[in-house]
Amino acid sequence: MIEMQDVWKTYPDGSHALRGVSVLIERNEFVYLVGPSGAGKSTFMKLIYREEVPTKGQISVNGFNIGKLKPRKIPYIRRNIGVVFQDFRLLPKMTVYENVAFAMEVIEAPKRMIRKRVMEVLELVGLKGKVNSLPAQLSGGEQQRVAIARAIVNNPAVIVADEPTGNLDPETSWGIMNLLEEINFRGATIVMATHNKEIVNTLRKRVIAIENGVIVRDEPRGEYGYEI
Amino acid sequence: MRFSTLLRHLREGSLSLARNGWMSFASISSIAISLFILGVFLLLSLNVNNLTKQLENQVQIRVFLDLEISQAKIEAIGRSIGALPEVSRIRFVPKAEGLEMLRRNLGEDGQGILDDYDDTNNPLPDTYTVEVVDPERIAEVAAKIQEIGDADPDKPIRSVRYGQGTVELLFRVTNAVRNIGLIIVLGLAFTATLLISNTIRLTIFARRREIGIMKLVGATNSFIRWPFFIEGALIGFIGSALTTALLLAAYNWLVQSLQVEFGLMMIRLVTVWESGLLVGGVLIGLGTAIGIFGSALSVRKHLKV
Repeated sequence: MIEMQDVWKTYPDGSHALRGVSVLIERNEFVYLVGPSGAGKSTFMKLIYREEVPTKGQISVNGFNIGKLKPRKIPYIRRNIGVVFQDFRLLPKMTVYENVAFAMEVIEAPKRMIRKRVMEVLELVGLKGKVNSLPAQLSGGEQQRVAIARAIVNNPAVIVADEPTGNLDPETSWGIMNLLEEINFRGATIVMATHNKEIVNTLRKRVIAIENGVIVRDEPRGEYGYEI
Repeated sequence: MRFSTLLRHLREGSLSLARNGWMSFASISSIAISLFILGVFLLLSLNVNNLTKQLENQVQIRVFLDLEISQAKIEAIGRSIGALPEVSRIRFVPKAEGLEMLRRNLGEDGQGILDDYDDTNNPLPDTYTVEVVDPERIAEVAAKIQEIGDADPDKPIRSVRYGQGTVELLFRVTNAVRNIGLIIVLGLAFTATLLISNTIRLTIFARRREIGIMKLVGATNSFIRWPFFIEGALIGFIGSALTTALLLAAYNWLVQSLQVEFGLMMIRLVTVWESGLLVGGVLIGLGTAIGIFGSALSVRKHLKV
């Protein structure tokens, strides 16, 4: 599903975010990306959803060589990748319903289909009763559920989550993890960057550890491996 | 684009106008104020143009005929002059009328000078008063009329006068006034464009996050642009329509209340009905265009990956 071959990423200021990363993530895998802050986790994620392009090396996602993609084609690739952030990134002036429907309007889905699918997804994330609320009226956990609903509404093959529980209390975090597991169970490949030791060590999945832009550890059903 | 998508863009464009209440208000006010100033100068320069045109149209050629020519010859000369394509109107002023006019012009003080003259010993020649289609080419036309006289062996035209020297000066002044007016209006239009597009740029900068999220969920650039276009067009249209309505209402009031005073000075202001279409067209057209281009340019900047 996601394949990187000797990927380097050097930012204009000369810092090497990634230095020769090669990895293969299969369809329907659930991967934790761990490592200290600034190790290259975010760059790793950004390369997957084509926010950044590699300085060197190749990345393919869902069979497309996305490093060589024409800018015009980028939106179509993104429709098959759902992205979730630590800070939710909802549109503050749109209701819960509008925030989720938005991702479907973008792909020009028929209105009736949007209605049906958005309600379906909001039910899955447990927010069917809050369709008309604004993000500011929701708790952090609820906002993250909206963001997840938006990420999965178009049935993407890949979900990229950059510290999705980073701003949430432990109990709420577990709710989000259950949701991600459910989405993974339904067929999506999930790559999740996290600093949450408890989650990684309890909900055992493949763990890829990055330090200084290099993969230092890649274990199936691994452990978090860092203190705190 | 699908029809439903177009509807979506229209709805989204007008909705975000409401969602971004204060920013929309700022943009609309900025458009309204800049265009109001432009509109005031536009009306001012329309009136100056109108006034100079009235002045120019008062410029006439006077053709003085020889004292000793026959009635038939007078009529023939009149026909020849009237046949020139550059001539818009020709009027025969018999010497009796000329004397009468001279008496009127001299007023009470001058009465005595002309007392000895009457129809039998009128010293004035018969004349033709000629108006031309294009006042700026008056010298040319005067020369042509002189040629008509010179071609005739009887030399029936004694002289052709059009206020040589004075007329040329008048045209230099009116042209200068018109050009200055045009420069001011163009300068203001340019300033208004800058001011408005800057405000729109700020509104869009405040929404770069929104654009970022749109890109993230896979919106194509044109899909992102459309609602902004529509919003920009609406902002431009609302701002300029408001300003046009206010400006024309105020101007109408001004024209009505100054009618008597200016009428006495023989000055006629351009009415709202004559200027409304032009002023409204320029302001609303410019406002809407700036709204669209302002947002198009600013969105473009944020769309770059």
